Amino acid sequence: MNPFSSGTRLRDMIRAIRACKTAAEERAVVRKECAAIRSAISESDQGYRHRNIAKLMFIHMLGYPTHFGQMECLKLIASAGFPEKRIGYLGLMLLLDERQEVLMLVTNSLKQDLNHSNQYIVGLALCALGNICSTEMARDLAPEVERLLLSRDPNIKKKAALCSIRIIRKVPDLAENFLSLAATLLKEKHHGVLISGVQLCTDLCKVSEDASNYLRKNCTEGLVRILKDVSSSPYSPEFDIAGITDPFLHIRVLRLMRMCGQGDSDTSEYINDILAQVASKTELNKNAGNAILYECVETIMGIEATSGLRVLAINILGRFLSNRDNNIRYVALNMLIKAVAVDSQAVQRHRTTILECVKDSDASIRKRALELVYLLVNDINVKPLTKELIDYLEVVDHDFKGDLTAKICSIVEKFSQEKKWYIDQMFKVLSLAGNYVKDNVWHALIVVISNAPDLQGYSVRSLYKAFYTSPEQVSLVRVTVWCIGEYGEMLVNNIGVLEVEEPMTVTESDAVDVLEARLISHSSDTATRSMSLIALLKLSSRFPPTSGRVKEIITVHKGSFVLELQQRAIEFNSIIQRHQNIKSSLVERMPVLDESTVIVKRAGPSQASISTEKSNQQPPSGTSLKLPNGVAKPAAAPLVDLLDLSSDDTPVSAPTSNDFLHDLLGIDLTNSSSGIAPASGTDILMDLLSIGTPPVQSNTSPEISSDKGLSLITKPASNSVHVVDLLDGLTSNGYLPEVHIPVYSSITAFQSSTLKITFSFTKQPDKPQVTQILATFINLSFDAYTDFVFQAAVPKFVKLHLDPASSNHLPSNGNGAVTQTVTVTNGQHGQKSLAMRIRIAYKVNNQEKLELGQINNFPPGL
Amino acid sequence: MSTGRLRTKAIRELSSLILTRGPKLCNFVEWKGYKAVYRRYASLYFCMCVDQDDNELEILEIIHHFVEILDRYFGSVCELDLIFNFHKAYYILDEILIAGELQESSKKIVARLIAAQVRSAMLLDWGKWAINSK
Repeated sequence: MNPFSSGTRLRDMIRAIRACKTAAEERAVVRKECAAIRSAISESDQGYRHRNIAKLMFIHMLGYPTHFGQMECLKLIASAGFPEKRIGYLGLMLLLDERQEVLMLVTNSLKQDLNHSNQYIVGLALCALGNICSTEMARDLAPEVERLLLSRDPNIKKKAALCSIRIIRKVPDLAENFLSLAATLLKEKHHGVLISGVQLCTDLCKVSEDASNYLRKNCTEGLVRILKDVSSSPYSPEFDIAGITDPFLHIRVLRLMRMCGQGDSDTSEYINDILAQVASKTELNKNAGNAILYECVETIMGIEATSGLRVLAINILGRFLSNRDNNIRYVALNMLIKAVAVDSQAVQRHRTTILECVKDSDASIRKRALELVYLLVNDINVKPLTKELIDYLEVVDHDFKGDLTAKICSIVEKFSQEKKWYIDQMFKVLSLAGNYVKDNVWHALIVVISNAPDLQGYSVRSLYKAFYTSPEQVSLVRVTVWCIGEYGEMLVNNIGVLEVEEPMTVTESDAVDVLEARLISHSSDTATRSMSLIALLKLSSRFPPTSGRVKEIITVHKGSFVLELQQRAIEFNSIIQRHQNIKSSLVERMPVLDESTVIVKRAGPSQASISTEKSNQQPPSGTSLKLPNGVAKPAAAPLVDLLDLSSDDTPVSAPTSNDFLHDLLGIDLTNSSSGIAPASGTDILMDLLSIGTPPVQSNTSPEISSDKGLSLITKPASNSVHVVDLLDGLTSNGYLPEVHIPVYSSITAFQSSTLKITFSFTKQPDKPQVTQILATFINLSFDAYTDFVFQAAVPKFVKLHLDPASSNHLPSNGNGAVTQTVTVTNGQHGQKSLAMRIRIAYKVNNQEKLELGQINNFPPGL
Repeated sequence: MSTGRLRTKAIRELSSLILTRGPKLCNFVEWKGYKAVYRRYASLYFCMCVDQDDNELEILEIIHHFVEILDRYFGSVCELDLIFNFHKAYYILDEILIAGELQESSKKIVARLIAAQVRSAMLLDWGKWAINSK
C-alpha cells in the first residue's frame, strides 16, 4: 500500500477549502474531512496520524470544533519519531488549553521527553510545557526544568529559562528554587540565554520579594556590565537592528534594572550613570532606538533617580511628543500619565502640546491625551483648560463626545470655585452635548442653581437663550423647563440682571409658548413632557393672566395615552379649576435644595439609600390630592424630588433627621408601614453605634451568645417559659384596636454605683398590651463582670418572656453593654401599669454579687 | 463560554477594531484592558496582544523580527506560503517566543535551528518510507 495515496493530502484539503465560494460549501468540505479523520482515528490508523492532525489544526484555525482529535495528539507525542512528536506537540498547543483535563495525560510523555537524548526533542517538550502547562503539571515537572537550566546546550538553556517563567507564574512558591539558577544565567555570553535569563529574573522579582532583594544585591553589577558591553559593542550583523546591537537585550536589561532600582536609592545611584549614557547616546530616528529610549525613560521614572536624570527623561518625552510619528506620541502620552505622579510641574510645561493631542485624528491618541489633561487640571489652569475642552466639544466626533463630556463635567464639578463660572460652563456643555450628560450631573446643576438666589434670574435667562439655539439637547431642555417654571417671573420681569447680560424682553406668553412647544413636540420624551406640565402649572400661578391658556393646554392632555401625562393633566386641571385658593401655595417657590445631599450622594451611596428607604416609608397622609412625585427616573428621586410640590402642606411625617435621632436612642419609630421595619438603615446605624442587637420581633430566635451559667430564665424563644413568676400568669384578654401610635421614652430602670440598667420600649400598633423592652446593662465599676444573669419578676396580670442576653460578660467602665429583650404582656392594659422586680447576679473578681431592685417608673400606658 | 467560542469572539472583535483603522494612525489599540499591537505587511496584519505595562515599541520590533525570519526561511514570504505551511510558520514562532517572551534575538541562530530540525525530521521520514516500501 502506498503510504502517500489514501486520504487527501494537507495541501489538497486547504485548496479545496479555499475554493469554496459560500460558507455552506466550506462547512460541507470540513464535515467530510472530519468524518474521514474520525474514522481514521477510530481505526487507530497509524500511517496518517501526522497528516490528520495537521488537517485538524487547519480546521481548528478556521473555527470549527475539533476536540475529537485531542487523544490523537497524545498518541503522536508518545510515538518515537521526531516528526510525529513535533506535530503532536504543535497539535497539543493549538487544540488544547490548560483547562482541559486531557492535558494531564501528557505529563508522563513530557517527563520522558524532557530526559530524551535528542536535544531537539527536549526543546519540543520545553516549548510545549512553557506555553500551556497547568498548575499541576508545572509543579510535577519543575524539577526536570531546573535540571535542564544547567544543561550545556544554550538552546536548551534558553528554552528552560522561559519555561521556568511560566512555572513560577503558575506556582509562585517555586520561585526560590529558580533563584540562584537564574542569577547564574546572567553570566552567560550567548544572547539568547541572556535574554531569557534576564526575563526570568524580571519575573522572579515580580513574583517574590525575596527574589527581588537577592537579585538586587547580587546582580546589579552584572547587569550594568551587560548593558555597557552591548551598547558599546561594534557592529555585528547577527544582532544589528537599525544600527543598534541587539535592542532586545538593551530593553530587557533596562527593565530588570528598573525592578532592582525601585525603592532602593543605592542601586538607583549605581545605575544612574549607565542610564544617562544610554539615554543620551541612543538615536531617536528609528523605532528600535525609540523603543530603547522609551524603556530607559520608564526605568528612570520608576527608580529613585536624581533630579537631573528626571529632567533628562521628561525632555525625551517632550521630544517624543512633538514627533510626527503617531506611535511615538502615543507612547509619550502614556508615559506622561505616569510621570505626572512623579513630577507634575515638568509635565505642565507640555500642556499646550498635550491639548493639541486631544484634538488629534487618531482615537487612541485622543483618549490618552484626554486622560492626561484630566490629571493635569489644577486650580490655576482649570479655566483656560476648560475653555479649550469646551471649544473642542463643538467639533468632536460622536464616539468621543461621551468621554469628553463626562471628563469636562467632572473637571468643572471638582474645581469650580465660583457658582457663576460653574453654571456658565454647565450651560455651555448642556447646549453642546446635553444628550451625553448624565442625569446626576444636571440634577446637581439644579441644586446649585436653587442655592444661588442671585444667579437664578441670570440662569433662567441664559437657559432661555440657549434653548433657542439647541433645542434638541434633552438635558438642556429639562433644566430650562424646570427653571422657567420656578423662576418664570424673574425671566419676564428681568429680575436680578447681572452686568454682563444683554437686555432681553420675554413676555409671559413667550414663556408659556416655550413650555407648550416642549409639550407638543414629538421629540420630547415623557419625562420632559411631565416636567413641562408641572412648569405650566407653576406659571399659571405666577402669571395669573395666562391661567386660562394654561388650562386649555393642559386639558388637551387629559386624554393622553401616556398614563403619567394623563394623570398629571387631570390633576392639574382640577387644581386650576376648583382649587384656586391653594394653588398658589402649592406651587410656591421650592425650598432651597440641600446641597449636602448632592455631596452625600457622591461620597456614600449607602447612606443615600438609607434616607431613600425612610422617605419612602413615610407615605404622605391627609392631602386630598395625591400629587405625583419625582421625575421618571426613580433612582434620583430621593435627592432632587423636582416635582415634590408637597413640601408645604403634606406632612412628610417624621423627616429623615428625626428618624436617625430616634434610632440613636434605640426607639423604633413604628408606624403604619412598619411591616418593613426594621429598615436596613436602622440596622446599619445601630451596628455603627454598637447599641447591640436591634429590637427583636417576637418570633425570631436570636442566637444564644451566652451559654455559660444559663439559668432557668434565659431560654430560647421557641419555648415560651415564664420567668420566676411570683403569681400565676394570666392570659391576655381581647384588646381594643388602637389607631394612635404612641412613643415611649426610655427609662433608667435601675441604677446603683456599680450597675445601670435602661429600658427602652416598643409596641406594635395592633397589640397594645404587648410591649417589648430592650434592657441595656452597663457596668459602672472598674472591673469586668462575668456570668452576668438578669432575672425579673412581674405581678400576676403580666406575662413575661425573656430572650437570651447578648452576652454574659460585661466589660468595665461602660465600655460595652449587654442587651436583652424582654417581652411583657399586660393583661390589664389600660387599667394597671407595669411593675417589675429584678434580680441581677454576676461575678466580679471571682466573687459573686447580687443586686436587687424594683422598677416602678414604667411609663403609663404600657 | 468554551475556549473555542472565546477564541472566535476575540478574533472577531480584534479584527473589526484593527481592520477599520486608517493607515496613518498609531499601531496600538486598547482592547479589554490589554493593548493590541499590530503591524501591516501588504495585505497581512500581524497582531500581538500584550499587557498594559509592556513596551509597545519593542513589540513592534518583535513582530518585525518574526516576519524577517519567515522571509528568510520561505524566501520572500507571501500569504500563500503561510496558509499552506502554517505548521512550519508555527515551528518558527516556537523558536522565537515561549511563554509569551522573546527567546532568541539572532536571526542566524533561529534559521540554523530550524534547518537542523527539518533535517532531523527528513532523515527519520525517509527511513520509515524505506522500511515500509520493502
